[in-house]
Amino acid sequence: MHRVTLFAGHYGSGKTNLAVNWAMMLKKDHERVVIADLDIVNPYFRTKDSSELLKSLGIELVSPEYANSNVDLPALPSELYGVVQNRQRFAVLDIGGDDRGAYALGRYAPYILEENDYEMIFTANFMRPLTQTPEDALEVMREIESAGGIPFTAIINNTNLGRLTDEAVVRIGIERAERLSKLCGLPILCTAVEKSLAETLGIEGIMPIELQKKYYDII
Amino acid sequence: MAKVLMKGNEAIAEAAIRAGCRHYFGYPITPQTEIAAYMAKRMPKIGGTFLQAESEISAINMVYGVSSAGLRVMTSSSSPGVSLKQEGISYLAGSDLPALIVNVQRGGPGLGGIQPSQSDYFQATKGGGHGDYHLIVLAPASVQEMADLTVKAFDLSDKYRMPAMLLADGTMGQMMEPVELPPESDGKAVEKPWAVTGTENRREHNIINSLYLVPEQLEVKNFERYERYKEVEKNETLFEEYMTDDADVIVVAFGIAARVSKNAITAAREKGIKAGLIRPITLWPFPSEAIAKAADRVKGFVSVELSMGQMIEDIRLAESCKKPVSLCNRTGGMIPSPEQVLKAIEDMEGGRF
Repeated sequence: MHRVTLFAGHYGSGKTNLAVNWAMMLKKDHERVVIADLDIVNPYFRTKDSSELLKSLGIELVSPEYANSNVDLPALPSELYGVVQNRQRFAVLDIGGDDRGAYALGRYAPYILEENDYEMIFTANFMRPLTQTPEDALEVMREIESAGGIPFTAIINNTNLGRLTDEAVVRIGIERAERLSKLCGLPILCTAVEKSLAETLGIEGIMPIELQKKYYDII
Repeated sequence: MAKVLMKGNEAIAEAAIRAGCRHYFGYPITPQTEIAAYMAKRMPKIGGTFLQAESEISAINMVYGVSSAGLRVMTSSSSPGVSLKQEGISYLAGSDLPALIVNVQRGGPGLGGIQPSQSDYFQATKGGGHGDYHLIVLAPASVQEMADLTVKAFDLSDKYRMPAMLLADGTMGQMMEPVELPPESDGKAVEKPWAVTGTENRREHNIINSLYLVPEQLEVKNFERYERYKEVEKNETLFEEYMTDDADVIVVAFGIAARVSKNAITAAREKGIKAGLIRPITLWPFPSEAIAKAADRVKGFVSVELSMGQMIEDIRLAESCKKPVSLCNRTGGMIPSPEQVLKAIEDMEGGRF
């Protein structure tokens, strides 16, 4: 397990949700885990939504001071340097969507590359309209790499259709993720599926995840 | 067509493209920026125009230009930006030009905040700009409706030669849901013989204008326009009724407030209280008739809003103050909870209001 795990991808691909679940998984084996929100793009539905859960699990959270507030100020906190420079903690970095979101990563990239103990994960949801094909996803991948300054090292298939996700959707995702893997030469770490659905599927390589912000509970 | 997972803002943008809109002018503002971002990505690939104007005022006047040429065109913004567009919107209305204006509302007044709100209801439905005019105002309550009502807005706007507004809020813009996108169309179903497309020396030139030097002529124009508005009121009022047949208390709510209210109505029914919902889908024209009819059989109405009591005035006008109407609201970027709405329903049912 690498010290730093970064989640980047097309916006709306499920990075924040995966990052929170990843931090929870790390916490089971490691004393000190920190999750950092580098999203300077998204105004709602942020890592900070899970702050109470993270706190109860003893996971440290570093997020922009004004996240979830009424202030539209995309500023990153100075503690973020601690996340990349202090090598005593396992770190999960939630990067903003697309190349625009990944620009914020650029200023921390030199520290991460120097330490060279990272996994840069491309989060893929092939049910998103602008990344429905492996070719389109690859285009987004290259844009993020050039903006963020860190090459991807792996893929997580997070293909879902919100509350309408079913086995067929998961299988379409796996097939497209495999094609993306062939195109870019990177391994697929796993396929993330919401826990209750994951239990009903007899598919290998599934990471069951808990959904953080269940805004669609509202009819 | 298969469903995709989209943000509300993206659904508006993609639906507009599929409705034949190839011209988008805007200026970024949270929480609607994804509309512009999506257009910036897609328009160059399909031979369309995405232009980030130097201001909202420029953007709305570019809309005026393209609409004058008879093409489908849109702009989008959030509350403070829509205030800036009001002069241009009044000119569009005064020139009988179709166009789509999207307002993904945030907290106000002033710079307010970036969290969701419905406090531009008055601005959207009662004018906003100067002069006698109306917009067709559509209020989506799901990502699917963000797409469907975008297409509808273009169609109605062309049909009645008046600007249409999609009045959403921050949650509608930001939330992600599965959506089935509308089919592709060229957006040219309605003939536009009035458009300035070049005469080729074969016809008299067309003039697009809102200035009338003779007051009698301006009066005639205004009367004519209001005859058209009557047609819109007669033919195009849209609303959803949910469990209203036997309801003692009817909640009136649109957008995200309607979704919260449905949860509250389910909870009320479990407690044996007969509650129902009238959800206006068009805010102008307002479903006054449905509310007037319901007034004869209910104990009262609850207006659930993300504002300080705006739609409540239209409810009272619609039911001629026959029955009490209470306000259940949050403001400043906050959303009423199902529990708060349930309490308002219980209070109305028990005669406490």
